[in-house]
Amino acid sequence: MSGELGRPSPEALLRQASQEGLGRLKIFLGAAPGVGKTYEMLSEGAARRREGVDIVIGVVETHGRAETEALTRGFEIIPRHVGSQENRALDEMDIDAILARAPRLVLVDELAHTNVAGSRHPKRFQDVEELLAAGIDVYSTINIQHLESLNDVVASFTRVRVRETVPDSILERAEIEVVDIPPDELIERLKAGKVYLPQEATRALSHFFSKSNLSALRELALRRAAQAVDAQMLEHVRALGVGGTWAGGDRIVVAVSELPGADGLVRAAKRIGDALRAPWTAVYVETPRAQTFGEAEHRRLAAVMNLATQLGGEVATVPATSVLEGIRTFVAEARSTQLIVGKSQRSRWFELRHGSVVDRLVRELPDVAVHVLPLVGGAGPVATAAGPGRWGARSGYAWTALMVAAVTGAASALSHVLDLGNVALLYLLPVMAAASLFGLRTGLFAGLASSLTYNFFFLPPTGTLTVSNPENVISIFVLLGVAVVTSQLTARVRAQADLAASSARTNAALAGFLRRLTPMGDPIELARAICEELARLFGLQTVLLGPAGTGLVVQAASEADYRLDTMEMAAAQWAFDTSTPAGKGSGTLAASEWLFQPLRAGGKPLAVMGLARDSGGDPVRPDQLPLLVSLLDQAALVLERLRLEGEMRGVEEVRTRDRLRAALLSSVSHDLRTPLTAIMAAAAELHHGNTPDLIGTIESEAARLNRFVANLLDMARVEAGALRLKVEAVDLTDAVSGAAHDARRALEGHAIELRVPPDLPLVRVDQQLLHHCLLNLLDNAGRYADPGTAIIVEGVHEYGTLMLSILDQGPGLPAGRESEVFETFRRFEGSDRAVGGTGLGLAIVKAFSEAMGMGVSASNREDGQGARFTLSFPSALIVRDPSEGSEI
Amino acid sequence: MAAKILVVDDELSIRRLLRNTLERAGYQVVEAANGREALAKVASEHPSAVLLDLGLPDRDGLELVPLIGKQEDVIVLVISARDATDQKVAALDLGAVDYVTKPFDGEELLARLRVALRHRGVSETAPRIIRKGALEIDLDQRLVRRDGEESHLTRKEHDVLAVLAAHVGRVVTHQRILAAAWGGDEDPRVEYLRIVIRNLRQKIEAPGAVGSVIANELGVGYRLLADG
Repeated sequence: MSGELGRPSPEALLRQASQEGLGRLKIFLGAAPGVGKTYEMLSEGAARRREGVDIVIGVVETHGRAETEALTRGFEIIPRHVGSQENRALDEMDIDAILARAPRLVLVDELAHTNVAGSRHPKRFQDVEELLAAGIDVYSTINIQHLESLNDVVASFTRVRVRETVPDSILERAEIEVVDIPPDELIERLKAGKVYLPQEATRALSHFFSKSNLSALRELALRRAAQAVDAQMLEHVRALGVGGTWAGGDRIVVAVSELPGADGLVRAAKRIGDALRAPWTAVYVETPRAQTFGEAEHRRLAAVMNLATQLGGEVATVPATSVLEGIRTFVAEARSTQLIVGKSQRSRWFELRHGSVVDRLVRELPDVAVHVLPLVGGAGPVATAAGPGRWGARSGYAWTALMVAAVTGAASALSHVLDLGNVALLYLLPVMAAASLFGLRTGLFAGLASSLTYNFFFLPPTGTLTVSNPENVISIFVLLGVAVVTSQLTARVRAQADLAASSARTNAALAGFLRRLTPMGDPIELARAICEELARLFGLQTVLLGPAGTGLVVQAASEADYRLDTMEMAAAQWAFDTSTPAGKGSGTLAASEWLFQPLRAGGKPLAVMGLARDSGGDPVRPDQLPLLVSLLDQAALVLERLRLEGEMRGVEEVRTRDRLRAALLSSVSHDLRTPLTAIMAAAAELHHGNTPDLIGTIESEAARLNRFVANLLDMARVEAGALRLKVEAVDLTDAVSGAAHDARRALEGHAIELRVPPDLPLVRVDQQLLHHCLLNLLDNAGRYADPGTAIIVEGVHEYGTLMLSILDQGPGLPAGRESEVFETFRRFEGSDRAVGGTGLGLAIVKAFSEAMGMGVSASNREDGQGARFTLSFPSALIVRDPSEGSEI
Repeated sequence: MAAKILVVDDELSIRRLLRNTLERAGYQVVEAANGREALAKVASEHPSAVLLDLGLPDRDGLELVPLIGKQEDVIVLVISARDATDQKVAALDLGAVDYVTKPFDGEELLARLRVALRHRGVSETAPRIIRKGALEIDLDQRLVRRDGEESHLTRKEHDVLAVLAAHVGRVVTHQRILAAAWGGDEDPRVEYLRIVIRNLRQKIEAPGAVGSVIANELGVGYRLLADG
C-alpha cells in the first residue's frame, strides 16, 4: 500500500478493466461436505430463475438426495457428456453444449472436481474459467480444504489430504457466500445419514468430522471469505484511487474500561498488533454504569484512550447495556480476528452470580482468538463503587418514611373495614413507589419499614414486633420481595432509557455536526464551521490551527479576539507533532489556558483544535471527552476529504499544465521555425537576384512571426498573473480602426465593414488589452475567411449590454464545439497547418476579456456563412454619456 | 545639403538597417551605439534629427531626450517597444517630437521623419485649411466639405482639430489636446475627447475608412493625417 494518495493504481485499473465483459463467478463456500452448499446454490439459482434470469444446470451432484433432487426440478439441465473413450466412462459436464446454449447463468457444482482424462480441461475450474471468459455467469460450490493455500493446513489437523485443489486466485475474483452451520448440527446430520460420503472414504472421513476439526475448518472458511472480501475491497479502493491502509488479515480489538490496569491491556494490544502487523482498536463499552463514574474513573478512562491513540491504535466508544453485548457487536462489525480482554480479580461469588464475561465471550465468539490478561492494579471496583447511585439520595428515605407513615395512618383509619391481608396490600404502595422512584436500597428500606410498621401496628399481638401467626411472616417476606423485584425492574428500564437518551444525544450531536460540515467545499469555511459547532456544543472558545510552512497558523476561531501566547503555540505544535493532546488539562504544558486536541486522519496529523473555557476552568469535562474525540475524528475526516479533493485537483492541474507545456513546445517549434525557415530561404535566394515575391514572403512571414511572439509574450503575462489593468474610457470605433490598421497584413484581400451605430457608448476597459483581443479576432477572421470576402464588425447596444461581433465568411466552426476554440492550442483538425498560427490567439482573447470583466463567445453565423465571435461588455463597463452637463 | 541624422541604437544590425533606409532616402547618417557616444556625436556632428532607441546599455534612453533636445535645432524621434505606452508619453512630454514602434516599417519611419523635419523650427501655428484627398476642412468657418456635402463643426470639434492640425502628421498626446481644447476649466476627461473624436470621424471620415484622417495612437494620443 503506497502512501501516495489519490492516484488510482494502474495495475488495479487494468485488472478491473480486464474483468469487464467477463462473466461473474459466485462461490458457495463450505467448511466441510454436508453443510448444504449444493442446496444453497440451487435455492439461490431458483430465486434467480423466478426473477426471469436465463439459467441452466451445467452439473449438479445430487448424490441421490431427494431434497436436492427436488430442487433441480424446473431447471433446464444440460445433459452431461456421456460416452466412453478408451474403455473409460466419460461422464462430465458438457462445456461445448453450455457454450452453444449460452445461458445468462450456469450452475456448476464441485468446483474442485477433476475431470476424467481425455476431457478438454483436466480440472473443472478450468471449464468454469472458460465459461466466464465467454461472458456466462457461474455459480459454483467448493469446500475450504480444496483451496490450494489451505491444503497443508487442513491436512495437518485433519490428517486427510485432499488431492483436488483449486488455485486461490479463483476465489479472489469471485463473490463468496459462506454456507455455514454449527459443527454440532453437521455431526447430527452426518449421524442421521444426511451427508453423502464416497464409500471408500467413509472410514477416513469419520475422523475428519470431529467437532474440533469442524470448528477449525469453519473458522478457516469464514476467515478466508473475509480475506477475499478484504482483497476485493482493497482492489476497489485502489481502483478508485482512495488511499489509506486497508489491511486484510488480522484485526485486533482490545476491550478497555475505567478499571486500573486497563493501560496494560492497551500495551499488550500494541505488542500483539506489532507482532501480527495488524491494526488494533481500543474499545470502551459504555454501559449505564458509566453514569456513576466519578472524576477519577473519567480521568483513568481518558488516559487509557489517549494511550491507545499514542501507541498508534484506533479508539472507539460503544454504548451498550452490557459489556458482553457491546464487545460482541463491535467485534462482529469490525470483523476482528483477535480480541484482548482483561480479567478482573473478582470473587468467585461474583462470578457465580454474573457468570464470567470472558467465558461467555470465548463461547460466543468462536471465530475470534480471545486473549485474556489479568488486570493488574486493583480489585475490580465494580462492587465497591461509591456514590449516591448506590445508596440513593437521603431525601428518598425521608419520602419513603413519610409514605409508610401515611399508609399506616390511612390503614388504621380504615382498620375496621379492612382485614389484615388487605392492609398488607396497602403497604405495597410505598414499597413499589420507593423502589421505582429511588432505587433498590430505598425500596428495601421501604419494605423493611412497611413490614415492621405492619407488624407493630396491625399484626397481633399489636404494639410488639413479635408475630404470632406464621402466615403473617409470609406477608413480611412478600413485601420485601416486591421491593427487590420492583426496584430491579425499574432500575433496568431506567438504565436503558438513560442509555438510549445519552446515545441519542451523542448521535444527534454527531449527526448535526456532520450535517453542518459535509456540504462545505471551502477549507476556510469548513474550519470556521468546525470551530463554531464545537464552541456551540461545548460552550467553549475554539480555534483551529493548521500547518503552514514549518509551523502552525490559526485557520479559524469561534471568537475573533482569541489570544494565544508562545507557550500555547508551543503546546499546539506539540499536539500536532505528537498527535496527543497538550495544554490545559493534559499532561503537557498544562499551564496554558488552552487545551489542544490533534485532528488526525489516515495516521497523519491534519490540524489542531484549541479549546478554552471563558471562566478559565478545564475546557472539557472528562465525560465529554469521548464525544469531543469522535466529533474531532469526524471533523478530521471531512478536512481530509477536502484536502484530498484539493490534491486531486492539484494533480489534475499539473497534468493539464504538463500537457499544455508539451503542446506549447511542439507549437512553438513549428510556429517559430516555419516563418524563420521561409525568411532565411528567401533571404538566401535574394543573393542570386532581386525577386519581388521573395521580399513579399519575407515581409509576411516576419509579420506572422511578430504576431506570434506578441502572443507568446501576452500568454506569458497572463500565466504569470502579471496583468495590470489600466482602465480608461474607450471608443470602440477607435479601437476597431486601430486594430484593423495593425492587422492590415493579415487582413489583406478583405474589406472591413464597420456596422456601429453612431451613439454606441464608450466602454471602460484596458485599451491595450482590448486592442490585442481585437487584433487576434481580426487576425483569426482574416485567416479563416474565404479570400475576397468582407469581414464585418458589428456593434449592438441592447438591454444594457454592448456586443461587439466580428463576422467572417468562411467554413465556420465545427458544430457543437464552438466554445472549444478558446482553449489554448486548439486548432481544429484539417485547418491548422494550412492556415498557420497557434491556438494561442483565441486563448488570449478569452483570458484578456475575462480579466477585463468582459465575456467572449464563438458561434456560427445565423445565415450559416461563417463564424461569429462576440465580445460582450456588461453594463458595469459601459460609460454613461459623458457629454451630459459638459459642453462639447 | 541633405539633413544629417544620428542613429542611436546598441544593435549593429538595426543601425545598419536604418542607415540603409535613411541613405536610400537621401539623408546623411551618423551612428552611436550608446548614450555617451550619442551625446558626443550630437555635440560634434550637429545632426538635424536623432533616432533614439530607448533601450540603451549605459543609460536610460529617456534621460537623453531632454539632454539632446536642449541643443538648438535638433529633434528627437524615439524608437520604442510595442506596449510601452507610458514610455512613449513620457518621451513626448520630455520633448521628443514623435515615435515609431518596434518592429517598424521603413516607409512609416521615413514619413514620420519627414514630417518632423519639415516642422523643425517652424512656430506651431495651425493651418486654417486642412486637406486630405477630396476632404477639405475650413477651420475659420468651421466647415467640412466632403464629397460635395457640407457639415459644420462644433466649437470643441474645431478646437480639437486645430490642435491636431498644428502638429499635422505628428502624434499629439491626450493631455495636450485636452489642455488646448478644454483649457483649465472643469476636469477635462479623456472620455470627452473620445466623444468629440467620434463625432469628428462621422463628419470627416468615410464609414469604411475609420482612422484614415484621425489616427488613434493607442494609449498615447491622436495623429492627424492630412496632405498639408
